[in-house]
Amino acid sequence: MKNADVINHVKGTSLFIDDFPAPEGVLHIAVFDSKIACGKITKLNYDKVLSVPGVAAVITAKDIPGENQIGNIVSDETILADGEVEYIGEPIAIVAADTVENAKAAANLIEIEFDELPAVTDPREAYEKGNLIAPPQTFSDGDVEKGFAESDVVIDGRVDIGGQEHLYLETQGAMAVPSEDGKIKIYSSTQSPTAVQRAAAKVLGVPMHKIETDVLRLGGGFGGKEDQATPWAVMTALVSRLTGKPAKLILSRQDDLRMTGKRHPYSADYKIGLSRDGEILAYEATYYQNAGACADLSTAILERTLFHATNSYFIPNVKTTGISCKTNLPPNTAFRGFGGPQGMFVMETAIYKAAEKLGVPAYEIQKKNLLKENDSLYYGQKAERVQAERCWNEAAEEFNLQEKFAAVKEFNEKNNLRKKGVALMPICFGISFTSSFLNQASALVHVYTDGSVGVSTAAVEMGQGVNEKIRSVVSQTFSISQEKVKMETTNTTRVANTSPTAASSGADLNGNAALLACNNILNRLKKFAAESLKEDDPAKVEIKNEKIFYDGKETGMNWESFINDAYFNRINLASHAFYATPEVYFDRTINKGRPFAYHVYGTAIITAEVDILRGVCEIESVDVVHDFGKSINRQVDLGQVEGAVVQGIGWLTMEELVQNDEGKLLSNSLSTYKIPDIFSAPKEMNVKFLEDSENPFGPLNSKAIGEPPFMYGIGAYFAIMNAMKEYNPNADKEIRAPLTHERVLMSLKNLK
Amino acid sequence: MPKNTMQKITFILNNENIFADVKPNSTLLDFIRKKERLTGTKEVCKEGDCGACSVLIGELENGIVRYKNVTSCIYPIANAEGKHVVTIEGLNQNSLNKIQEFYVGENAAQCGFCTPGFIVSTAEYFLNNNERNVEKVYDSISGNICRCTGYGSIKRAAEKLVADVPEAPEDYGERLKFLIEKKIIPEYFLSIKDKLQNILQTKKIDADGAKGKTIVAGGTDLFVQRADEMLNEEGYFVKNFAKKFISEENGSVILSGATTFEDFFNSEIIKTAIPNIHKAFKLIASQAVRNSATLAGNIVNASPIGDMTIILLALNAKLILKGKREREIALKDFYLDYKKVDKANDEIIEKIIFEKPGRGFRFNFEKVSKRTHLDIASVNTAFAAFADDGIIRSATLSAGGIAPIPKVLEEATEFLSGKEINNALLNEVVEIANSVISPISDVRGSADYKRLLLGQLIKAHFIELFSDRLNVGEAI
Repeated sequence: MKNADVINHVKGTSLFIDDFPAPEGVLHIAVFDSKIACGKITKLNYDKVLSVPGVAAVITAKDIPGENQIGNIVSDETILADGEVEYIGEPIAIVAADTVENAKAAANLIEIEFDELPAVTDPREAYEKGNLIAPPQTFSDGDVEKGFAESDVVIDGRVDIGGQEHLYLETQGAMAVPSEDGKIKIYSSTQSPTAVQRAAAKVLGVPMHKIETDVLRLGGGFGGKEDQATPWAVMTALVSRLTGKPAKLILSRQDDLRMTGKRHPYSADYKIGLSRDGEILAYEATYYQNAGACADLSTAILERTLFHATNSYFIPNVKTTGISCKTNLPPNTAFRGFGGPQGMFVMETAIYKAAEKLGVPAYEIQKKNLLKENDSLYYGQKAERVQAERCWNEAAEEFNLQEKFAAVKEFNEKNNLRKKGVALMPICFGISFTSSFLNQASALVHVYTDGSVGVSTAAVEMGQGVNEKIRSVVSQTFSISQEKVKMETTNTTRVANTSPTAASSGADLNGNAALLACNNILNRLKKFAAESLKEDDPAKVEIKNEKIFYDGKETGMNWESFINDAYFNRINLASHAFYATPEVYFDRTINKGRPFAYHVYGTAIITAEVDILRGVCEIESVDVVHDFGKSINRQVDLGQVEGAVVQGIGWLTMEELVQNDEGKLLSNSLSTYKIPDIFSAPKEMNVKFLEDSENPFGPLNSKAIGEPPFMYGIGAYFAIMNAMKEYNPNADKEIRAPLTHERVLMSLKNLK
Repeated sequence: MPKNTMQKITFILNNENIFADVKPNSTLLDFIRKKERLTGTKEVCKEGDCGACSVLIGELENGIVRYKNVTSCIYPIANAEGKHVVTIEGLNQNSLNKIQEFYVGENAAQCGFCTPGFIVSTAEYFLNNNERNVEKVYDSISGNICRCTGYGSIKRAAEKLVADVPEAPEDYGERLKFLIEKKIIPEYFLSIKDKLQNILQTKKIDADGAKGKTIVAGGTDLFVQRADEMLNEEGYFVKNFAKKFISEENGSVILSGATTFEDFFNSEIIKTAIPNIHKAFKLIASQAVRNSATLAGNIVNASPIGDMTIILLALNAKLILKGKREREIALKDFYLDYKKVDKANDEIIEKIIFEKPGRGFRFNFEKVSKRTHLDIASVNTAFAAFADDGIIRSATLSAGGIAPIPKVLEEATEFLSGKEINNALLNEVVEIANSVISPISDVRGSADYKRLLLGQLIKAHFIELFSDRLNVGEAI
């Protein structure tokens, strides 16, 4: 089956916000933002702006009709700075004009003065100063002190992990169109239509039913449009409300890079204790999360760091503490993995260093400690349907691990100038929003009189293929061709109170809701079919390939005529259904519970090659066995794994966010912030689908796919480290990501 | 006061003739998206670094319309004069074209924002290659960035495409017919030649003096650095009248300033004159940028890390500048200070000349950047040497990223002359180089790193060229 979205993508006919024909009289918005990272605004004068031809409005904090507040978890984020600024790029005023050029030129005429205060950009420094987003949070199980006392080897160390720019190719953007009676429709590139609706209502001071958010598709999200699409959408609504005109805002790339948050940089301390034969007995870690200036989703992200602190391993004694540190950077935010990658990276570092100390390869420790069925995860959930060892063993077998090791050894013996290294990376990633209430979704399914079907859900399509998966669920449930099923925009008037499309849960939650809605209609149709056939058992009615059967026999009715008949007989051909994930909860008074419906497992084997002379590295191969459950669409799922792996490798090897001490982003364009291109993607990538993995929580037995494979990228870091060690065994004192060409060469030469 | 001169422009966009009044320094992308509302071409980075805005430019040369892919976000509209511009819409047919068909087959698109650019660049591959080689497809899409797929599905689509489409006729005109038959390009491409000829006959190109105007060549740096200011400036678009040529005369290689990077690397004269030059090719920009960027632009832009400048410095190139009078200057003397060059503002670089090296000539270019391809160097360096019997007779070593200007490392160059090649020499030359450079810490690396890296790359020159004279294990 061809992916309907892809057909439009290749023709360039898929529409994104900036492609929509703008309504007549549309105003374009320029955002005037802070040039300093911390301080008080002492003067703000825009008299000159108002005389610029084409300018329709200048809006500052004092013009906001409702509340100047868009914070989601914590109310600590203004939409326009009010008196003080906390990061470079913080919006202070917005200018609306007839053209983008005029709006920008006018914004440049705003006069501003600050009382500048020293900026803090380092999370440990913020911690020492007591600048926290929330009180520290600790998870623990067993007794770490006892565990360390019983260990034969205990080591500790520090890890520093860089952030990551989402670099969704479509920048943040929105367009608001006013309607009658104060209603505003916002077209937004958001993963969270309800967050936009709620924030716009709050800022405008109107009930939520006055705001309609509509999302067609996103040109990439990756978490960067979960919370951070909101301000720009609200700004268009604000201009629309205050001028009565449609308003549009598409951030330029440089504005987007400067103003929006990224994946959180972390600094962490770890301590690990093991028995002589490599059993991990105790693990302790403290994470200093660089949250940026506002809470955004930082506390939830930090919590997931704690959930995934032990990755795919069973460890009896664990204690982890997360500290969300407030710094003068744009608020960092959700990004594929949502804190999980940082937690796992620290764990893998601890194992890597422990392996050095024990004089064994890291993979022996990894393998020995993999989760087994019914092991208890340290946050209280029992691991069920565990696939950790199966994935590991199948990967080792399928991809000839021992031969790979031998080939690399031989290569290294023969070559001076280039060295290779191999690392394995098992993953275990929990699926469900850890804020249990978010695990809900609705779907609205309409069967039209010609038999075609329209489906609305809360899921937002951003390239991850959720629309294609839900189409598949609907077409399989009705047993009609996929062409008959159309996915509608995600719209808060059709489907209300949506959870963000995030946490890899889009297809699970919304697919299940769509399934329920389809079954509602199907049950009515079966009852009607039985009646019209003058039979008594609706359960014996079956629709197969658009034909109606009774008791296994063809009835002569086909889907189209049957639906038309149903309509004339006043059968309800629409259904709204609601799905809530069963069994998930988490008790934050004791930090124990069953936060996840299930876990996704897998193992990757990564081979890297380092050019010793130049410090340049390449990822030669990534071989993966991944647990997809029963995949709804193999092509879509494969694409998610490949894309996630490359993004993960980019995070740890190439993508370097550089700020100066004043908190100014220096890697502020695509010429200075580099993401993987076709040549730096792994030369070879093989993905094997683990067979026979059941998942009753996923629609049609499938499993969530978006985030888990991102963490395979962590293996690339350690594969490069292993290659470097082949040249200089002492090359790797410091664990600091990303491992750029610069850091590789400097480490090889033991320079800072 | 900014001069807001509108200029008439004539070109063909897909299958339509365009006659428009434009600001000559506005971008082709804005014209396509905003004026023509062809929204398949996307804006992502506005600096030629991602390829989402890729279009084909067809230019009439010797009776043949030849197509190249360029990034329309940094392509001044004035440079489209008299050309055929093809967007994704201009490649669409009634049903999916062949490239699109394979992309759909492999699900080689996720969010879809980069996809039209990939399709356009892949079409360029078919237009300019009669043989089937997937690596060449990758060259064509080397400037296209995708954030979603990890390139796996894109590679599979490319592999299957080259396996499916047979080799094409070498003759360009015949090839167009072949590509139409194979459903890679639409039929109207055949009518473009005549249409372009008509445009060119009716339009006289203005080649007035540069005085008071911003001289624009490929625009690939100008439109990255100062697109907004450029918008209201008058431009002097050298590409509209400057001849492009690469020739050999009296033992010298002569290049017109308007030579594009891509022309340079594809030139048989260059390939013969400079051994190993093909290795540099992939490390420099992307194909789409190489198709626009000119040698003169690279030189005059005076970036301390201009790749082509570093290569030409090692070749001891000289420049012929043309203003009120013509004058000659050695390239190495052209740079006065950071972004300051010895050039009056109405002078243009007409020619670049270097002596064609003869026997015993060796050449090597090294560059390390954060990302190996389509990135700006942390440090780049070129080494040109005549050597025989293990002795360096003469050599030139140039380097970028280590001083305010692109430089010939003269002390190292002088020192090398007459020396025997061995590990000791290597260490000495690295030390000399180190003593004359002054790198700064910036987003492309710390000063200490750049210092270390230059030394490593000098070693790389020797290892690449004279490994038989060295103990390589010790040298690294």
